[in-house]
Amino acid sequence: MSTPAVTTPSRWRALTHHHLFWPVAVLIALLLVNVPFTPDFFAIRMTDGHLYGSLVSIVLFGSPLILVAVGMTLVIATGGIDLSVGAVVAITGALTCSYISDQADQNALAGVFLAMGIGLVAAVLCGLWNGFLVARMGIQPIIATLIIMVAGRGVAQLITDGQIITINSEPYKLIGGGYWLTLPFSIFVVAAVVAVTIALTRRTALGLLVESVGGNAEASRLVGIRSMRIKIMVYMFCALCAGIAGLMISSNTSAADGNNAGLWIELDAILAVVIGGTSLLGGRFSIGGTVIGALVIQTLTTTIYTIGVPTQTNLVFKAAVVIVVCLLQSPKFRAKVFGARGRAAAPVTPAAPADAAPKMEVSR
Amino acid sequence: MSATTKTRTAPEGGPSTPSPASASAAARLLGDRRLPVLVTAGLFLAMYIGGLSRYQNYGFGEPQVFLNLFIDNSYLLVAAVGATFVIMSGGIDLSVGSLIGFTTMFTAWLVERQGLPLLLVIPLALGVGAFGGFLMGYVIHNFEIQPFIVTLAGLFLFRGLCLVISKESISISDSTVSSMAQTRVSLGLGELSIGAIVALVVLGAAFYVLHYTRFGRRVYAIGGNEQSALLMGLPLGGTKIAVYTVSGFCSALAGLLFMLYIQSGDPLHAVGMELDAIAAVVIGGTLLTGGSGYVLGTLFGVLVLGLIKSIIQFEGTLSSWWTKIATGVLLCAFILIQRAMTARKQT
Amino acid sequence: MAEPRPVLEMTGIVKEFPGVRALSGVDFRLFPGEIHALMGENGAGKSTLIKVLTGVHTLDGGTITLDGKTVRIGSPLEAQHAGISTVYQEVNLCPNLSVAENIFIGREPTRGGRIQWKQLRKEAAEMVDRLGLDIDVTAPLSSYPLAVQQLVAIVRSVGHGDSDGQGSGTKVLVLDEPTSSLDRDEVLELFRLMRRLRDEGVAILFVSHFLDQIYEICDRMTVLRNGTLVGEHMVADLDQVGLIELMIGKALDQLEELHEHQLRSDVGETLVKAEGLGRTGGIAPFDLEIKKGEVLGLAGLLGSGRTELARLLFGADQPDSGKVTIAGKQVSMSAPNDAIGAGVAFCSENRKTEGLVPDLTVRENIILALQASRGWTRPIPASQRDELVAKYIKALDIRPANPEARVGQLSGGNQQKVLLARWLITQPKLLILDEPTRGIDIGAKAEIQKLVVSLSEDGMSVLYIAAELEEVLRLSHTIGVLRDRKLVAQLTNGPEITTSKILETIASGEHQ
Repeated sequence: MSTPAVTTPSRWRALTHHHLFWPVAVLIALLLVNVPFTPDFFAIRMTDGHLYGSLVSIVLFGSPLILVAVGMTLVIATGGIDLSVGAVVAITGALTCSYISDQADQNALAGVFLAMGIGLVAAVLCGLWNGFLVARMGIQPIIATLIIMVAGRGVAQLITDGQIITINSEPYKLIGGGYWLTLPFSIFVVAAVVAVTIALTRRTALGLLVESVGGNAEASRLVGIRSMRIKIMVYMFCALCAGIAGLMISSNTSAADGNNAGLWIELDAILAVVIGGTSLLGGRFSIGGTVIGALVIQTLTTTIYTIGVPTQTNLVFKAAVVIVVCLLQSPKFRAKVFGARGRAAAPVTPAAPADAAPKMEVSR
Repeated sequence: MSATTKTRTAPEGGPSTPSPASASAAARLLGDRRLPVLVTAGLFLAMYIGGLSRYQNYGFGEPQVFLNLFIDNSYLLVAAVGATFVIMSGGIDLSVGSLIGFTTMFTAWLVERQGLPLLLVIPLALGVGAFGGFLMGYVIHNFEIQPFIVTLAGLFLFRGLCLVISKESISISDSTVSSMAQTRVSLGLGELSIGAIVALVVLGAAFYVLHYTRFGRRVYAIGGNEQSALLMGLPLGGTKIAVYTVSGFCSALAGLLFMLYIQSGDPLHAVGMELDAIAAVVIGGTLLTGGSGYVLGTLFGVLVLGLIKSIIQFEGTLSSWWTKIATGVLLCAFILIQRAMTARKQT
Repeated sequence: MAEPRPVLEMTGIVKEFPGVRALSGVDFRLFPGEIHALMGENGAGKSTLIKVLTGVHTLDGGTITLDGKTVRIGSPLEAQHAGISTVYQEVNLCPNLSVAENIFIGREPTRGGRIQWKQLRKEAAEMVDRLGLDIDVTAPLSSYPLAVQQLVAIVRSVGHGDSDGQGSGTKVLVLDEPTSSLDRDEVLELFRLMRRLRDEGVAILFVSHFLDQIYEICDRMTVLRNGTLVGEHMVADLDQVGLIELMIGKALDQLEELHEHQLRSDVGETLVKAEGLGRTGGIAPFDLEIKKGEVLGLAGLLGSGRTELARLLFGADQPDSGKVTIAGKQVSMSAPNDAIGAGVAFCSENRKTEGLVPDLTVRENIILALQASRGWTRPIPASQRDELVAKYIKALDIRPANPEARVGQLSGGNQQKVLLARWLITQPKLLILDEPTRGIDIGAKAEIQKLVVSLSEDGMSVLYIAAELEEVLRLSHTIGVLRDRKLVAQLTNGPEITTSKILETIASGEHQ
């Protein structure tokens, strides 16, 4: 109570104006919704040296989505979009599993690493192709990436010969289904990828240049940024992330399913990016926001399970979230609905949704 | 933040300019708006003739094999016609597949579980589809949200509603449905299903609307240059909303044909069919950026996709996923042709 | 002879934007069968007046009388129905449709909802024919060059209302800079059409930056300055020097008093040399030399090719001809990268669209150019970066002095300073400033001018573009004079060079 009363509103304002405030608030709210239905929702217990609990499984099941969404964030920040990530997930899983299944000893480390390498190289090549079409040929991203979205699943099925390839490889199982230091190993993979991405974008100048290209393409050209290279790189990185997610998904199920692996993950990833506060128009991006956005989507799925709403309504909820988030981001909608209440008109009122909306798209 | 769309700057560096003589010939060829349709038609013919020579002894030459292309792809044709309107206006509709799936579930549920007569259910389903399209168009126009995102929400919503109706497949045993499904109209050389005939009627109607009504020309104008269309005093909002309504209606109709074809409702029917529809439109020569193309091209796009499927069936050893790969390769080829055409116009 | 009644009379027109009074009580009239030029420099209110007339802006005061009746024009469509048609510089037609459709779209002849294509093509062909144009109406619009597309746009606008009884035919035709990207023959074709329409009794309002064209085609002109009317004259009664005086707003002898000399006299050896550099539709080939430490000012009216010249020297547009040598080395100038590598910096006149990235912070915008030249792998170390940014925020007095502020929220003057800081940080050899003082307050203006002088004293070459002649004269060692997309003269600044001298050069197009 020693805090002077005067500073409280400004602190509150600073907090609500932080770009992660609304994504985090939504996440916390979603988590809290579970408590009346599952009183031990936040409990984490140790069984057989492994940690279990709802929170752990949310992160575990959300891992592939976080990976794909992180890569997607950079693509969207340049003003692009990548629809092919789902297909890339399938291709990577298919290649890796089919290579492992051909091995005499599926547990041999060298073979597993080589298989993963092959899978990831294929993923990066897909990204290179997307980047080439977008940056060099000047084709709209949505169209350019549609090609691999359509053909990629066919290629994945070709690799698996239309079957679901099951493998039995302990080392490979670790990535998506194993435990390490009491936690699911995939959490470490995700943490590593997120850390690398943040380092890559914020420790180097890549993040700045990406935001510049997405924020004002012509100004970026006139300032001498070689946007073609940057775009190609970003699409390759996005595909790499999708590839790692593909490894994780196939490892978790010990199987490669060319048809269903990563199905619709591109749409969830785009949604996660938008919830995380990165504008679809490009420019400012927030990796942290995207991670939280992906967790929101996963928590939504989990919550629907736990509160006993029929699981099939999951998609309807998702549709509602997309609509609400997009409407809040639409300047026209804000003008029509919140019209009279300008930001200047309500300086004291702490953060109503109308004030928060611009912060969600223009993160800092 | 403004909601203005960003213009893409030309790619750095350009293709090397060919010699003048060949340039003019190539330019004239590339400049012809009908080129993509002709290429697709030629491709279809070549594939058909190739199929004839290869599988002659397996009955590929039967007229009915050709007519089956229409029977087996009637729903895709209708959906693609709807998508043609949207793409022609410069938009995109991702909700097509979900809306088809939803319509199958919706009608199956009403007919089988609620016992409503089919004749009542059909207009109801069409109305719901058209209204869904209208809503999406309304949001796209009035709140200036990208069509991609709005129709993505539509994709989630309708697939979710499918699952809300039932997680299980509902098979249809209604006698009207089965008799309609089995009705064949003889053409002398072979026969067509009701679905195929409906699809051809829709195609004809779309052709008429696009080429002989003011609404159709507005769709072209908006796809060509939205800003100009507005300054020329054309009703932008109404046209855009109408285009998505048409697409929603066509998707619902396609859903009815699909239900007729497969005689069941299933929450997983037509997953990803929006991609087939978009691919058929693009392969049919419609510019994905809008403003250029023919609905007749969409017919050829659908026929090419259908022919790939039947050739793969005839081949026997080839697996179904080659359809996807071939579709992707064709898509890529046509996108590059389109790019060459638009690049020429910009210079 | 009594003056005929004007077809259009605008009286006491007032238009305000937040913080700006764009038009304060402007009177304007237009007679049937005349071609009338609307003249004025940047910010004079020309385009605002046209937008009020064509219904893009609603007016805040005054009346518009058309054919003796007071009208309210609420939208472009209402303007069209009232008989006021506009053709803009960018052709607002649909290139993917045929010529005939472009003429008719929105009012196609239909029967029972079915478009009568034969009738449409026939009527379109007749309209084109009647105006003496040779255009195949069935061909797609995109198959014709821009000039013809413009003619089609005119055909569309004058044809509007004729066919369906919705309006009463075009009485007023507004041509907003239609000639800016046409070649000479195309301009002549346009003029032929304009004369024809004039003879049919249409009143044409013509806006062009090309003085010669004004004097060639127009009968009468109205001159605006700072949102007020400064004169309406018969073209034959006002010579070009007189016109420019009206537009710029100071009598010649008055201007001379402002002329001061405080420039360093010794400039170094040649730094930049352009030979035969040019671009079709941009600027005619020119030769130019800029010495080390020299300020080269460009004088010329809006649209005379100042910006186009600057963009060529930066590689922002690709030249069709000529070569550029910087510090003895030839530079290819195919992209800004080439120029930046050779030490050229460019502050665009369009701060918002071509300069700043509004979502990024002041700090990020300032280091952008330096970072771009280092590539993404070599970030500027944080301490060095913050030090540099702080130094330039202080040196240029950027406010708020908060490197974390979003650039989009800064005032125009501070945005300009951020842009300057961005390039100064790269220590360029040649700094190109395109209208750096436009739209910013007087204090910031003076600061920027002082900065230019001190940069030049430190040995940096500056290419300085400004609309105000005094500004150019005060700062420049050499003044390049542009007119109608040509560099017509290069004057060495000295006591004998005055603003009136520059004005004469602009007006006459040659160095006397």
